[in-house]
Amino acid sequence: MEDVEIRVGPEQHIEVHRYASGSIAISVIVALALQAFLPVHFAWTRMLELPLLVTIYFALSRRNPSVGLLLGMIVGLLQDSLSGTPIGLYGIAKTLVGYVASSIGAQIDVENSVSRFILTVAFFHFHHAVFALTRRLLLGQHEPYLTVPLLLASLVNGVVALALFPLLDKLRKS
Amino acid sequence: MIAVPSRHRSLTLLGVVLVIQILLLAVQIRRERQVRLIRVWAVELISPIQRAGVWSIDLVKSGWGGYVALHRTREQNLQLQSELDQLRLRNQELEGRAAEADRLARLLGFRQAHTDVPMLAAQVIGASPDPDSHILFLDRGSRDGVRRDMGVITPDGVVGKILAVYPDTSQVLVLNDKDSGVGALLSNTRTQGPVKGTGDPLLEMEYVSSDEKIAVGEAVLTSGQDRIFPKDLPVGNVVAAQPDPHSPFMAIRVKPAAQLDQLEEVLILLTRQDINLTQGGEAPAPGGAADTTAAPAAVAP
Repeated sequence: MEDVEIRVGPEQHIEVHRYASGSIAISVIVALALQAFLPVHFAWTRMLELPLLVTIYFALSRRNPSVGLLLGMIVGLLQDSLSGTPIGLYGIAKTLVGYVASSIGAQIDVENSVSRFILTVAFFHFHHAVFALTRRLLLGQHEPYLTVPLLLASLVNGVVALALFPLLDKLRKS
Repeated sequence: MIAVPSRHRSLTLLGVVLVIQILLLAVQIRRERQVRLIRVWAVELISPIQRAGVWSIDLVKSGWGGYVALHRTREQNLQLQSELDQLRLRNQELEGRAAEADRLARLLGFRQAHTDVPMLAAQVIGASPDPDSHILFLDRGSRDGVRRDMGVITPDGVVGKILAVYPDTSQVLVLNDKDSGVGALLSNTRTQGPVKGTGDPLLEMEYVSSDEKIAVGEAVLTSGQDRIFPKDLPVGNVVAAQPDPHSPFMAIRVKPAAQLDQLEEVLILLTRQDINLTQGGEAPAPGGAADTTAAPAAVAP
C-alpha cells in the first residue's frame, strides 16, 4: 500500500491513499449499475444510495477537495442521466458531498468503523438536504425531509458502508 | 508527501462546477407556462436593468420637459397670455356691442311704434365734469332741430329736458339734478304734484296732500302741465310715502323709470304731442328685424 502523507498542521500528518488505475471508475460504474439493478429484484434496496457511498468513500480517502468535488459531480451527473431527474440535481448534491467529504477527510481520521458510520449517516442527510433544497428552489417541488423512512435509510446506508468501505480499501495500491 | 491544493482554488472550482450544474438544471427545467427556468432567470436578471433604464429615461425626459424645455413653455405661455388678453378685450367689445344693439333695438322699436310723434334719436356723448350736477351732452344740436326745453326720454321713461342748444350738440338737465323738475301725477288717484331732483338717485314728489293714500310701487306719470312733456309718460315708481311731520304734505320718494345713470342713447321729443304708450311701446326682442344701426340717426319727419 502506497500511502502519502499530507501536512495539515505543525504536528499532524494524515495519509492520502492512491488506488489502482481505473479502480475508481469501475467502482462508480458498478455502484450505478447495482443502484439501477437491485431495486428491480429487491424492493428494500431502494433505500440504498450506492453512488453516494462510493463518492463518500473516495472523497474521504483522496482528501483532495478538487478531486472530491469533481468525482461527486461525475457520479451525480451519471446518476441523473440514469434516473430521469433533471441533469444536475444529483450532480449538485454529490459535488457538495465530495467537496465537504474531502475537506473533512483531510482533517480527521476516517479509517475506523465508528467514524465511517457516523460520517456516512451525516453525509446521507446532507446529500438529501441539498437534493431537497435544490428541488424546492429550482423545480418548485416539495421534497419531504426528515421522515422516518429517510432516517431508516440513512442508518441502513451507514451499515452498508461499514461493509462496503473495507471492500473498497482493498483497491488501494499496496 | 505532496502539497495540498490551494483552498481558494478548490472553492473556486466548487463554485464553477455548481454554477455550471445550476445553469444546466435551469436549461432543462420548465416552470409555469412551460417557460424554461433559464429564461425566467434571464428575464428576472435583465428586467430590473430594463426597468432602471426606463426609469432613468423617464427621469431625464421629465427633467428635460419640466425644466430644460421650460423656456419654450414660457414663450408659449406669454403668447397665450397675450392672445387671452386680446380675446378678453374682443369679448368685452362684443358684449358692449351686443348691449348697444339691445338698447338701439328698444329705441328703434319705440320710435317705430310712435311714428306719428316727431322725435329725434340722439347719442349721449358726454356728461358734466361736476359730480353734483346731472347734465348730459347729446350729439344733436340746433342744426338737427333741437330747441331749448324739449323733453328727453327713453323707452323706459322721462330723462330730462334740453337745457342748452349748440349747433351740433345740446345739453340735457337730467331729472335727478337738484334744479330739475317735471309735472307729474300719481297713476291711481291722478293726484298731481311736481317731481323734483334731489341730487340723489331717488326723486321727490311734492305737494301731495297727506290725506292721500299712496301705495308703494304706484306709478308716477307726467301730467303735461309743465308744457315740456306730453301726458302719461313714465316718470318713476313710488318707493316710499309717509306724512311729513313738518308740513301738511306727504314725503314721497320716487325711483326714476329711466336708467338715468346708464344712458347712452335717448330720444328728443320735438313736439309736445301726446305719446300713446299702449301703442306697442315695448321694444322688439334683441336681434330682431330692426335696423339698429339706423336708430341713432332716425330723425323725425
